[in-house]
Amino acid sequence: MQTLRRKDILGLEEISAEEITLILETSRSMREIMQRKIKKVPTLRGRSVLNLFYEPSTRTKASFELAQKYMSSDSVSVAGSSSSLVKGETLKDTVRNVEIMGIECVIMRHPVSGSSHYLAQNVEAAIINAGDGMHEHPTQGLLDMFTIWEKKGRLEELKVTIVGDIRHSRVARSNLWGLQKMGSEVVVSGPPTLMPPDLDVFGVKYYTDLEEAVEGADVVMALRLQQERQESGLFPSMREYAELYGVIPQKMARAKEDALIMHPGPMNRGIEISSELADGPRSVVLEQAASGVAVRMALLYLLLGGTKEQ
Amino acid sequence: MKQLLIKGGRVIDPARSYDQTADVLITDGIVEKVDPALKTPTGAEEIDAAGLVVTPGLIDIHVHLRDPGQEYKEDIPSGARAAAAGGFTTVAAMANTDPVGDDPSMIGYVRRKASGAAARVYPIGALTRGLEGKEMAELGRMKLAGAAAFSDDGRPVKSGMMMRNALHYASGIGTVVIAHEEDPYLSAGGMMHEGTVSSVLGLRGIPSAAEEAMISRDLLILKITGGRLHIAHVSSAGSVEMLRRAKAEGLNVTAEVTPHHLLLTERLVKNSGYNTNTKVNPPLRTENDRQALWAGLLDGTIDAIASDHAPHHPDDKDVEYDFAPCGIAGLETTLHLLLDELSSGRVKDFSLPLLVEKLTSAPARVLDLPGGTLEEGSPGDVTIIDPDREFIIDPEKWYSKSRNTPFAGKHLKGAPVYTIVGGEVTMKEGVVAEREFQG
Repeated sequence: MQTLRRKDILGLEEISAEEITLILETSRSMREIMQRKIKKVPTLRGRSVLNLFYEPSTRTKASFELAQKYMSSDSVSVAGSSSSLVKGETLKDTVRNVEIMGIECVIMRHPVSGSSHYLAQNVEAAIINAGDGMHEHPTQGLLDMFTIWEKKGRLEELKVTIVGDIRHSRVARSNLWGLQKMGSEVVVSGPPTLMPPDLDVFGVKYYTDLEEAVEGADVVMALRLQQERQESGLFPSMREYAELYGVIPQKMARAKEDALIMHPGPMNRGIEISSELADGPRSVVLEQAASGVAVRMALLYLLLGGTKEQ
Repeated sequence: MKQLLIKGGRVIDPARSYDQTADVLITDGIVEKVDPALKTPTGAEEIDAAGLVVTPGLIDIHVHLRDPGQEYKEDIPSGARAAAAGGFTTVAAMANTDPVGDDPSMIGYVRRKASGAAARVYPIGALTRGLEGKEMAELGRMKLAGAAAFSDDGRPVKSGMMMRNALHYASGIGTVVIAHEEDPYLSAGGMMHEGTVSSVLGLRGIPSAAEEAMISRDLLILKITGGRLHIAHVSSAGSVEMLRRAKAEGLNVTAEVTPHHLLLTERLVKNSGYNTNTKVNPPLRTENDRQALWAGLLDGTIDAIASDHAPHHPDDKDVEYDFAPCGIAGLETTLHLLLDELSSGRVKDFSLPLLVEKLTSAPARVLDLPGGTLEEGSPGDVTIIDPDREFIIDPEKWYSKSRNTPFAGKHLKGAPVYTIVGGEVTMKEGVVAEREFQG
């Protein structure tokens, strides 16, 4: 049995192409389990997992919890608003107290970049980063790659255009690292104020013009735009954004005909993506959500599976 | 009569360009004589400094002692012991305490609490009431109460008009204004230097422009007002260049740099896995900036080295990156780190006399403090250094109440072995004497 030789999944920047391949291949087996009538395997029976979410989440939280149930692990979920954080307890104390109860793996979403690194340095449990601030959302990156891989049969030599608020997006960062490691070409588009400073460090091309950015694209991924970015003066209005950078059919003319349309959710219909495309034949938005469960099952399996018994 | 003779050391006194083997005689707390082959007077205490370096007592013009208000992080006695342990005889303490040091009574509080402490502590008064940048504090009355300079350090003075008036007014009472240069709109929410590393780590950035824009503003204001401006903790290459030009134009401006900005870069935030001890304001910047800071220090653009000792309780830093307060505690590492940098030979043209100048005569000149020299009649403040002493930075052994340093565990070469204030040994071989000092 192959496992990942690492304690934690903190980001895709530090994960190798070989590891990503292993995760994607394992996800495919997990996908098969999900398609069974009885979606349950005993693989993680007797193993305990904590879901610790300091930010709201629908897809990520539901898919992690389902992945744990399908794998027969025991899990508890704690939401930030109901945790002792609001009573002034530190993150480290919270997790150490739960760890001593037998938790072997912590899935954490947290608004502060680097918080999963901090946690990983301070507890023995395996940490899976379910999104830390603006840093990374590695399981989202993996599920996006898995979705593309399933649809296109490969990741190498694909052109993926990511559109929108790259600067504040942990999803974008994970995808930028992961996709390029797997041999895809990644280009980005969006207003300059929503690009990270020194974008070159990611090794991607940037186009201010969306139509130019999607030229020959195999995949076009729209990112969620948050209202607060407009409020902080990074662009003038949601409607202007929709007009210049919304992923709409008229702007997709230069993309490949069979280009996949993706969005990590939750979508602002009519802003960063039009319903026509989100619900159209090229959209894989729902497949992304389904892939999320398979990929998270794979990660739990690879991080926890068998390691303690061996 | 109490006498101390320090025998046979290499005496470096940059204020007089003095650098030779000599003896230093301190009588009743005052330097009486520096000369080769002095006879030991009867009853005098003697320190054998053969093979060691004898310098004026080191002066750190930028520390935070957290007293009053946050004594769990540091207080005046613990900060003074930390200073002694680090080879410093004199520190100047910033006013961002709670309550703020914006009133003559607060200046008096610091001075009273510092009497008998292991180092001389000069209070720096707030420039504006409550550090709020709106109304000028009573600079004149605070000066009469013993304030050494004025600063809202920790916070920038947002309003150009406020800075103009403060500089102009301060010129009338002959005191220096110390500026923490940061455009708070450009730095808003920032956690580290804005650049490639912040982009990768997903941390909000503080662009160099936040510092440079404010320095530029204040240099222009200085041209109108006259007076004396001192720029705290310069961190960027652009700032160094602006200061170089301003000095060439003859503006009355001085500047300081911290050891961490001289030695570390933004890379450490990543390489340390978001270690909160790398979080500091101004932030650790790029290698290019670091090189420019050295160049500025060597060519005199940057006058002094100051630690910006910013102690925090370990609990304060043991949190997620965004939630950690800014600051590095530097009193017990500054000299060691720079001696090590010197002995490593990594910085071309860096010399021991230059290092001593940046820690003694230069800071004394910036704040018009007594000391910083071993000229006869000066305060009997001396630091004795062993440039070959092996040293490991271990915050658990600090005299400071804080532990926040990104240098923990570093093996260094060079350390102070004696600190002497007014002829009294405050530190010997790393151990701070536990008693009341006369000062």
